[in-house]
Amino acid sequence: MAKVNLDEIDNTYYDVLREIGNIGAGNATTALAQLLNMKLDMRVPKVALVEFNKLAESICGEEDIVVGIYLFLEGDINGSMMFMMEETSAHVLVNHLMGREAENQDPFNEMDYSALQEIGNIITGAYLSSLSGLTNLYINASIPYLTVDMAAAILSVPAIEFGKLGDKALLIQTEFGDDIAINGYFILIPDMQSYDVILTSLGL
Amino acid sequence: MPEMIKVGMADLKVCPPPNAITTLGLGSCVGIALYDPITKIAGLAHIMLPDSTQIRNNTNNAKFADTGIKELVDQMARIGASRFRLVAKIAGGAQMFAFQSSGNSDTLRVGERNVQATKKALNDLGIRILAEDTGLNYGRTVEFYSETGEFIIKSVGKPIKKI
Repeated sequence: MAKVNLDEIDNTYYDVLREIGNIGAGNATTALAQLLNMKLDMRVPKVALVEFNKLAESICGEEDIVVGIYLFLEGDINGSMMFMMEETSAHVLVNHLMGREAENQDPFNEMDYSALQEIGNIITGAYLSSLSGLTNLYINASIPYLTVDMAAAILSVPAIEFGKLGDKALLIQTEFGDDIAINGYFILIPDMQSYDVILTSLGL
Repeated sequence: MPEMIKVGMADLKVCPPPNAITTLGLGSCVGIALYDPITKIAGLAHIMLPDSTQIRNNTNNAKFADTGIKELVDQMARIGASRFRLVAKIAGGAQMFAFQSSGNSDTLRVGERNVQATKKALNDLGIRILAEDTGLNYGRTVEFYSETGEFIIKSVGKPIKKI
């Protein structure tokens, strides 16, 4: 029987999860800044346990168009992870990477999707390697799967995974700053045993 | 003035006429609109998972196809709908990411399994499905109008559908 119940999580566990989120998002920001060769600051991320029916609206509008990148985790930790950013943020990143005008809002083409997938790969890779380093656990990630759609529809995928465990999802919201704010959100979805594995590895 | 009632994820509500009822951005979840054409009482459930008996933490009826549909029927009957006249229109159950065979097969097919479980639950209760817009790989916002029985489906970059 798993020790952790997400609906009755205590403050110590919560602080640990927040700190993991903080370090992971920090490394992800550094990796992204290097890829784009631009200066990116990161605000202190907000970490929250959010009820499903408020998940999408706690991030943006349910029907706002967002880019979602989803990958499966295997190894000492099993589960999945998602990185999501607003469409406007994705445009900023892709334009920068492709050397286009910053204001360009043309629909994404095949090349842009590849670029976004690569951005997702780097961000989630940096996040996971810090989680792995921190916990000394082996984590292997699948290739990233990318989709662009309404926020609520994309969030249904991690929400369903959390739904098997409880009625809330753990959300880490990061704001990358430059001249233009880029908003990104991490959702880590370990399976129930993996929560215990993570916390045990940290001596809790 | 008719009101638009909003249903969240893992949520359900009844909708007395002349109101309309909506849920935004269905992904792999399924939206089940039930309707009594005589009293014009409608209801909408936004379920996330197929089967409450497979999950330990199952206190929220609205989360599951099996318990969610039963609960919605009960609530509609309580405000005067007839269980025997109810008909259904369903939407959602998409596969949002083009997952390949690797990874968790449960996650892979959850949209499809939600649709199957929805159909089974409706069939068990003797509720006929008049129309559906399910599967594929995109999100759907749905609106059900109690006055007309119309189910409107909106998706990104696609024409509005009426079923």
